[in-house]
Amino acid sequence: MTVQDKPLSLSQLEELAHRIRCTILEITTHAGSGHPSSSWSAVEILTALYFGGVLRHRPHDPWWPERDRFILSKGHAAPLFYTVLAEAGYFDRDLLWTLRTVGSPVEGHPIRRRLPGIENTSGSLGKGISLGIGHVLGGRLNGLSYRVYVLLGDGECEEGQIWEGAMAAAHFACDNLCAIVDYNKYQETGPISREMALEPFAEKWRAFGWHVLECDGHDLSALLTSFEQAAGLKDRPTAIIAHTVKGKGVSFVEADYTYHGRALKPAEADRAREELRCR
Amino acid sequence: MPLGDKAGLKPAKPMREVFGEALLALVRENERVVVLDGDLSNTTKTLAVREAFPERFFNIGLAESNMVSIGAGLADCGFIPFITSMSGFLLTNGYDQLRLNIAIGGVNAKVVGSHGGITLGKDGPTAMAIEDLALVGGLPSFVILVPSDPATMHAAVRAMAAWEGPVYLRSSRVAMPHIYPMDACPFEIGKAIVAREGDDLTIVGCGIMVAAALDAAAMLADEGIEARVLDLHTLRPLDERALVAAARETGAIVTAEEHLLHGGMGSNVARIVAEHYPVPMRFVGLADTYTESGDPEDLLAKYGLTAEDIVLAAKEVVRAKRRR
Repeated sequence: MTVQDKPLSLSQLEELAHRIRCTILEITTHAGSGHPSSSWSAVEILTALYFGGVLRHRPHDPWWPERDRFILSKGHAAPLFYTVLAEAGYFDRDLLWTLRTVGSPVEGHPIRRRLPGIENTSGSLGKGISLGIGHVLGGRLNGLSYRVYVLLGDGECEEGQIWEGAMAAAHFACDNLCAIVDYNKYQETGPISREMALEPFAEKWRAFGWHVLECDGHDLSALLTSFEQAAGLKDRPTAIIAHTVKGKGVSFVEADYTYHGRALKPAEADRAREELRCR
Repeated sequence: MPLGDKAGLKPAKPMREVFGEALLALVRENERVVVLDGDLSNTTKTLAVREAFPERFFNIGLAESNMVSIGAGLADCGFIPFITSMSGFLLTNGYDQLRLNIAIGGVNAKVVGSHGGITLGKDGPTAMAIEDLALVGGLPSFVILVPSDPATMHAAVRAMAAWEGPVYLRSSRVAMPHIYPMDACPFEIGKAIVAREGDDLTIVGCGIMVAAALDAAAMLADEGIEARVLDLHTLRPLDERALVAAARETGAIVTAEEHLLHGGMGSNVARIVAEHYPVPMRFVGLADTYTESGDPEDLLAKYGLTAEDIVLAAKEVVRAKRRR
């Protein structure tokens, strides 16, 4: 089933986000590995972006030069990204069940153009803003005015290149560049505040010359408002700090950061399916 | 004796200046070419592009990682980015980005490392790229070009822009004498050039060591040894046919490179020769060591990268061949 070009209503978006969350569970458990918890925290962010009328794109003409760009910088949210692309009609949903298997284009982390809609390779972190700047500068030279969205992880913001990119995006006045940070407060080995503190986080972005918006990253309406606001902000790039919950939707995953980077075993998946009320 | 003198080669201007001119000409004729700089345009000689075509020139500052990824984004917008800096900084600081944003996805980006090897001289080992060819060698989709004179530099710059996919070009701070006519250079990506005919052995060189090899061949000729000189300007794709022909027809090979022996040109040549037609080989290059600050000529002499070093290796390998 694919979603139509028309933006979905809020209740349709919620229903779709729910289905995406369930699909992430199924395909990672089927694959026996992957990062469901890092995917679940960003479900609403990508749902709003792809289906809420924010991203201008054409699933059947994936490399349309005027398309808005979506760059997945936190590549480990691949299960989410693939699910969203399939829902949008970029490729057949059946492919999702080949995740992480030999011969499948559905790689553990996305590879540039391995499937329609995959703008960039990711999996080594920290590259998204820089790559996005390239798309902004290229768009300017081509006389195109598309927007560029980059999804970052919070732990990813420990990478030095994020801040090289942040400095350059402000320097080049990339006001059509919008970075969304999936701020779920956990990295692989524990709470970010304990492992490598990011705070004061919003201040860091402001100090680098960015507009900063903050919202509840699971509130579709708040996300849509933030995207709309960001599109109206001029002269500087915008960071949307989306406050999220790692493993959102599955209580025992939310409560335990050691679920980073592993799929749920069949018995755990049964519990999760029940909690999520996946049909 | 100046490089190329013994072989009767004409002196030329520094290779980085030749590169700067070649790049400017390319930018002038191809509007899709853009240039990225790591704040070293006066050193790498891309400054003329900045002055003539400011809208297609981006100084990314001292942030090589950022520069490589931005270049990849520009490539995805249909431009042909030339990502330039000193090789020793670009490949080391930008390696993760070269791998992830360019190599793995096969992005059409061009990477130019200036000041390859030890001949950048006085700035010393921290700025010297003695491992660039090994590093790019670790990125399977990259074509690797090492021009040996002004004509091959011009031809390589044009050819890399026309090639669809990632290409690395090594530029150099110092001059390399004219080997080929500027208006009729036999350069083609992946096709080694026979710069001198000979039957007793083959000297395979790249970059500055091709002129040194031609000097060595002239010195060897004085002693009755006729050396073929093969200009291996492309390290990937390797011209296996030319290498196997050299092994079969001359029976002995010396390789010469301004690079670490470990993972450089010679080891790749040896792999092909060992597999298809094993013959005695000797290797001129840098042993497992960092060098030091100094005049380029003094460094080449101290670290064994002169025509004389090639002559010694050549005599040894010919003796080994005759013992077989």
